[in-house]
Amino acid sequence: MLRVESVVMSFGGFKAVNGANLHVGAGEIVAVIGPNGAGKTTLFNLITGHLAPDSGRILFKGREIGGLSPHVICRKGITRSFQVVNIFSQLTVFENVQIAVLSRERKTYDIFSKVEGMAAEEVERTLRSVGLHDKRNVESVLLSHGDQKVLEIAVALSGKPELLILDEPTAGMAPEETETCIRLIRKLSDEFGLTILFCEHDMGLVFDIAQRVMVMVRGGTVVQGSCEEVRRNTEVQDAYLGGSA
Amino acid sequence: MKHRSLVATLAVLGLLCALPPFLPRFYVYIASIVLLTGLLATSLNLAIGYGGLYQFHHTVFYGVGAYGTALMLTRAGAPAPVAMIAGPLAAALLSLVMGVICVRLSKLYFGMLQISLGSLVWVTVYRWYSFTGGDDGIHGVPLPDLIASAKGSYYYTLAVTALSLLAMRRIAGSPFGKTLQGIRDNPVRSEAIGVDVKRHKLAALVIAGFFGGVAGSLFVVVDTSAFPDMMFWTYSLEVLIMCLLGGMYTFWGPFVGSSTLVLLRVFVSVYTQYWGLILGTILSLVIIFLPDGMLGFFARRFRKGEVRGA
Repeated sequence: MLRVESVVMSFGGFKAVNGANLHVGAGEIVAVIGPNGAGKTTLFNLITGHLAPDSGRILFKGREIGGLSPHVICRKGITRSFQVVNIFSQLTVFENVQIAVLSRERKTYDIFSKVEGMAAEEVERTLRSVGLHDKRNVESVLLSHGDQKVLEIAVALSGKPELLILDEPTAGMAPEETETCIRLIRKLSDEFGLTILFCEHDMGLVFDIAQRVMVMVRGGTVVQGSCEEVRRNTEVQDAYLGGSA
Repeated sequence: MKHRSLVATLAVLGLLCALPPFLPRFYVYIASIVLLTGLLATSLNLAIGYGGLYQFHHTVFYGVGAYGTALMLTRAGAPAPVAMIAGPLAAALLSLVMGVICVRLSKLYFGMLQISLGSLVWVTVYRWYSFTGGDDGIHGVPLPDLIASAKGSYYYTLAVTALSLLAMRRIAGSPFGKTLQGIRDNPVRSEAIGVDVKRHKLAALVIAGFFGGVAGSLFVVVDTSAFPDMMFWTYSLEVLIMCLLGGMYTFWGPFVGSSTLVLLRVFVSVYTQYWGLILGTILSLVIIFLPDGMLGFFARRFRKGEVRGA
């Protein structure tokens, strides 16, 4: 479904992504791990169009998407959550999801209809599935950090993506919130058959839910394979997992 | 709730319709100015309050709307209905052109470029004596008898303002309006859910420019003139203050703010030429104690949860 081939991206003289390779198959849950500054978020920004690669190819369902605008890439079936919570903070929980649904249905230029109640059924269903239905009328800025992260996933989900990218989905969450988030990611994969690409620092979580793992160090791909393969890789153990396992 | 709102709207409209017979001609003129200035401020709020677009030079569209109508009536000899629509269309077209240039930038950079381009338009109007009348402007614009009197122009202004506000209210409460609020809150998230942020901003600017032009066209009907001061950047700042004063996150806030400001200027300037000092004091107090503006404050207090994007 997604293929990243020898992608390079520099900020001035610093190569944040340096020949990264990644392959994500349909229906897979793939994790990208690596130390801080390894280039994980930059890689995600390249895939979702927030940055353009200097060289290399990013293919989604066989078509080049590198350098396209984020909204075009979203329309092709890739949505994401961000490392730092990225929601419509002055709008309610309901409205956050509603805008995403309207965007997917290409109704955002409609100036004649009343937005009130539009797509309500789908929005309610989505909020129920992520457990935010009882907070539907709350201004999203007032939600807890964990709920905001979940809301962001709900917003991303409302685009009915084929590939969902989650950038550190549990960062800053309390243990019980992390647990809820993990359950949610599993549910999304099981119920909707979503392909999920995520990066995370919590190795327990990574090896718990990922089917395959890609390890990045200094902008490049060290290894990618099954969790077991990655665990056994000596280069990974030295660079990231703290010596021999 | 909807029923109450409809009754309140009809009551206000009824009251406004009943005013002219009881008011001297000067106050009928002031009432017309209050209405069209309210329309101007509301049109700016569509861009700045709903879209988060720093439209710092909005009155350039007001001026172009006025000049468009005045020139069509005086130079082209066009029928009044054609002239009335030509002004706003010219303003919308200018807004489109300026928007295409400005929309690549955001926030203050957008605002500064907008002021620069608007000032170019202003200086062209100010210097082009043979066409626009230069700094003298255009005076004594001929109008059809029906709207030539103070009362006639008042009722025309009332009708057009009401229809324009109705249209803008509809736009603000539409999927497009909600999307604009999303863009204001978080353009990055908007892009990430598939919204073409630049195009939506451009559309908002054109709509705001059009209604700014409608206000300008109304000014010609009320004052039978158009002059460069209408589109000088300081007046844009004044309209921005109207939005702040009334409350930028409510639909009616700018109208309330503009009415307050226009009436303050009229009545306070009778007693002192330092009315700006009083306005400055009031504005400072509002910003300190009512950061959401006058209407924003009341909306938040009495209708919790319905303030933003009302």
